[in-house]
Amino acid sequence: MFYEYVVSPFAEFGFMRRALVASLALSVGGSAIGVFLILRRMSLMGDALAHSLLPGAAMGFLIGGLSLPAMSLGGFIAGVTTALLSGIIARFSSMREDASFAAAYLTAMALGVLIVSLRGSAVDLMNILFGAILAVDEPALFLVVSTATLTLIGLAAIYRPLVVECFNPGFLAAMGVRGSLYHYLFLSLAVLNMVAGFQALGTLMALGLILLPAVASSFWAREVWSMSLVAAPMAFASAAVGLLVSFHAGLPSGPVIVLFASLFFLLSLLFGSRASVRARLSRPVHLRG
Amino acid sequence: MTAALRLTDLTVSYDRHPAVHHVSAEIPAGEMTAIVGPNGAGKSTLLKALLGLAPRVEGRIECTAKRIAYLPQQAEIDRSFPISVLDTVLLGRWSRFGGFGAAKPVDLHDARHAVAAVGLSGFERRPIETLSVGQFQRVLFARLLLQDADLVLLDEPFAAIDSKTVADLMVVIRRWREEKRTVVAVLHDFDQVRRDFPHALLLARELVAAGPTARVLSAENLLRARAMAEAWDERAGACDVPLRLSA
Repeated sequence: MFYEYVVSPFAEFGFMRRALVASLALSVGGSAIGVFLILRRMSLMGDALAHSLLPGAAMGFLIGGLSLPAMSLGGFIAGVTTALLSGIIARFSSMREDASFAAAYLTAMALGVLIVSLRGSAVDLMNILFGAILAVDEPALFLVVSTATLTLIGLAAIYRPLVVECFNPGFLAAMGVRGSLYHYLFLSLAVLNMVAGFQALGTLMALGLILLPAVASSFWAREVWSMSLVAAPMAFASAAVGLLVSFHAGLPSGPVIVLFASLFFLLSLLFGSRASVRARLSRPVHLRG
Repeated sequence: MTAALRLTDLTVSYDRHPAVHHVSAEIPAGEMTAIVGPNGAGKSTLLKALLGLAPRVEGRIECTAKRIAYLPQQAEIDRSFPISVLDTVLLGRWSRFGGFGAAKPVDLHDARHAVAAVGLSGFERRPIETLSVGQFQRVLFARLLLQDADLVLLDEPFAAIDSKTVADLMVVIRRWREEKRTVVAVLHDFDQVRRDFPHALLLARELVAAGPTARVLSAENLLRARAMAEAWDERAGACDVPLRLSA
């Protein structure tokens, strides 16, 4: 029973094995990115950023068909361009950065759907928007694993300036450090993770595996490192269970994986050790001092 | 008396409206100087200009200080961020280890010392989100202590702080003066300025008066400052006062 449902899909099918390893790598790198996105109050901006990959991926699709390098490169360029443009617009006008992000991603989404419809079928569009687990071939796996490695090394390298940029940017500026440099380095890493995720999860869902476990982790831990440590296993568990369910039920993998991540969020919200519903209801005593 | 800071015809503007307008003044070295004036008088902007953080600065700033420490207004800090008291204080040694170097045991030792000096022993591992406004201001003062600066700029250090904390932090500030450091503080409490700060600079976008506190904070000057701050012309034309010195 256990073997038949849980082990054999991975034992028999190479694409399931690759998808499993890819989601493990994505969970490890992505959850740390997600934690920083939350702490920077950029959850929704991250979402906008993920959507903005679409026109780039679509351009790649237009030029190279369903080819991983073309679509990934296109998506990465589109994402980084959106981040930079929004930053520049916000800096040179009195517009807030979240507003300029919203403007940029709506433009990008419209452009992306239009470009895909120029050449592709509705199935292609669905694959790009919601992911296709069959698409995770060996080059895709290589991309995801390299991204995770680069993310962890990159975050470790810029950790201190990034943390200070989050909670006290004025101090960093007074020390003569350009905080925006680290802001954009971080955003580039975030875009890289979304690009890595969109093969399996699609551009609409790529952020789900990054952000949801990170939000869930905030109900269990309170430091940056401990939140990342809690988030990564939850991300991986959602991906593994989601893969199996989508395999057996013949459902698209992206939404199923993200829904399992949502389940972790819901459980954490209800039963987490801090700021959760349980913690709120079950505290009849207060401390003496 | 030597000057730690010499401002010559300083103008700082946001969106072309000057927040600080043609200000020339000297701030004495090794002394405590208060910057006073109504809200919107350009006090915080002046500090930002001294730090090189203001967007558009005309005129000249001469500064003899090698290391400057700056206490921002608390609103500029995200106090819900998960970071401990000790880590926050340790950042005061940024000039030593930068963004990538390791903190040495001596830095850690000094940080614990600074935490104790502001009366927060035992709070080292506490996350800053659990602190009160006054306790958090003590943390920021501990960070200033670690910066070992010869010029300390304080932007409204005592806003919304109780009198006990103010008294404790004033001890720290007076010690800086004994150590011949220059202290410049933006303050609103005139009684406190008269009592504790021998020098003052009264600002209302333009300089109203500068010098010994008793002379600067005369009734006549304060009245003049208030009148000047309230005069705000949305359609002001370009300023035609010639700059005596270019930046």
